[in-house]
Amino acid sequence: MSKDFYLQSKPKTKRSKRFLQNRESKLTENVKNAMIMKGGNTSETVTHALKDIYALKKPNAVLYKKKNIMRPFEDSTSLEFFSKKSDCSLFLFGSHNKKRPHNLIFGRMFDFHVLDMVELGIEKFASLKEIKNSKCAAGTKPMLVFAGEAFDTDNEHKRLKSILIDFFRGPTVTNVRLAGLEHLLHFTAVEGKIYMRSYRVLLKKSGCRTPRVELEEIGPSFDLVMRRTHLASDDLYKTAHRRPKALKPKKKKNVSHDAFGTKLGRLHMQKQDLSKLQTRKMKGLKKRKVVGGEESSSSSPKRAKTPE
Amino acid sequence: MAACSIEDVLAKVEQEEAEKLKSITVHKELDLELDAGNLLAVDKNRVDEREFKRAKKDEFLRALARDNTQLLLNEVWKHPTERVEDVIVVKLPEPSTPLPREKPVPKPKPPTKWEQFAKLKGIQKKKKTNLVWDERVAKNEFNRLRNIARSQKLKVPGVGLAPAGRQSRSELAQAVGVAKVSTASVGKFQDRLPKEKAPKNAGKKRKFQPNIGDFAGEKQKQLDILKVLGSKKPRLDITRAVNKQMREEDMEAGAKARKGSGKKGRSSHMSGKGKGRKGPKGPKGKPRKQGKR
Repeated sequence: MSKDFYLQSKPKTKRSKRFLQNRESKLTENVKNAMIMKGGNTSETVTHALKDIYALKKPNAVLYKKKNIMRPFEDSTSLEFFSKKSDCSLFLFGSHNKKRPHNLIFGRMFDFHVLDMVELGIEKFASLKEIKNSKCAAGTKPMLVFAGEAFDTDNEHKRLKSILIDFFRGPTVTNVRLAGLEHLLHFTAVEGKIYMRSYRVLLKKSGCRTPRVELEEIGPSFDLVMRRTHLASDDLYKTAHRRPKALKPKKKKNVSHDAFGTKLGRLHMQKQDLSKLQTRKMKGLKKRKVVGGEESSSSSPKRAKTPE
Repeated sequence: MAACSIEDVLAKVEQEEAEKLKSITVHKELDLELDAGNLLAVDKNRVDEREFKRAKKDEFLRALARDNTQLLLNEVWKHPTERVEDVIVVKLPEPSTPLPREKPVPKPKPPTKWEQFAKLKGIQKKKKTNLVWDERVAKNEFNRLRNIARSQKLKVPGVGLAPAGRQSRSELAQAVGVAKVSTASVGKFQDRLPKEKAPKNAGKKRKFQPNIGDFAGEKQKQLDILKVLGSKKPRLDITRAVNKQMREEDMEAGAKARKGSGKKGRSSHMSGKGKGRKGPKGPKGKPRKQGKR
């Protein structure tokens, strides 16, 4: 990246310099942006699906409205070009042809190269508009739930889960408004299919502090089948996950936590001087000089008193 | 009877509480993997396919989603809450799910030639002060010192040309002006050069009191004037009174001396005058005191 970076002409104004600096690699990164584009041919389903996902993702997404004839699985160069141009590391590509009807490709980039992508076919789709319910506000951070064994056992599903989390999680935040937790994306893997549902969360009074949850479907909802996949090699995947040293928390010495979450500390004490230990004061325990000098104070004074 | 009723009540309360808890508790074979930082939950339990086929798909999925969300929210609600501008906010922990970075970790920049040299020589960056030399401050300080010197009645250096690197046009003009006035006759008989202009701003500067300033003082002044105007007693001008007194005494003394001069001659006249002057100096204070009373 840096090579191309220097090939570009130097920024001429402060503003453009700041702009480029914002795009450089950082310790704590910007929120990942997504570009949503369609191929040479798209069905109505796919167009609506792309639009709906754009609506879910809105502040951090770019919707490409024109056709972009490309095949990400065969040649990803143009994808990489667009990624660099719009500074997006997530992409969603929609297409439709006879062999793979209603096709969606979810994918992500690392260093402006495709890290992994998964092709999903839409079997059933209900758009945001079709389901007539009150919707969530745009830009709400969704809660993500994955259900099904496959997401834990199957390698491809695992990677898909990671991509979907990356795609939909939105900005990382430290604080969240409790009333703002109102959008849920639920992914279920059953019978080789993936069911994506989007719900509005209604918080009902339960009598306890924690409310009872009720759900209301708002769309879009997908029934998806997995098609082709392109997964990154373990090596690349590992380098992509590398965390900068500066961000790693410093190890605290002599502090450990056990399985129950109890904090344990190890202290180093200096050897205690027992001769200076304050004991009970009694007349009988007082130090006394013995005339003979033989008996030191260590012998019990009681004994010294009583003649043998 | 009474004991029985108490037990009943207790049982009832217990039951109610259990019901309350029931509405928010969900039992799962395997616990969910929760990542509150990402608001993420992963349910590893096997989805019952038979149940899934038998029931309506959407209903089944919604029930499943509800249970999972309940568990996730139970976890979120455990975290400490805060109140920020009338809104209750939960503090989320750091996200624990590892996700790949967008761009590689930034490499440390190679040291510049200067940085290398500085390291070799052990040169450390010093912090510069933010203070900037201001000529006006220096001038003010100079004037302050001059004022102190004058109040101590020391010899004060003149304004003239202070030794400096380069004088400006106005400074030179000022110096010329000062030099011209620095004669015994305060420059009255000083000639002008053929095309020399009269010095600017040479006159006395008049100072007025500010339009808006000390209201209390102004009020007092006006009141004083009104008091003088309103009072029926004549106003006593002390200096005039003193002068008048002195003149009268002078006249008396002069008259005495004139009487004496007829006998002694002219030469004593001068001394008489001197005496007359000296005389009134003693009682000079007297009329002032009278005025005060």
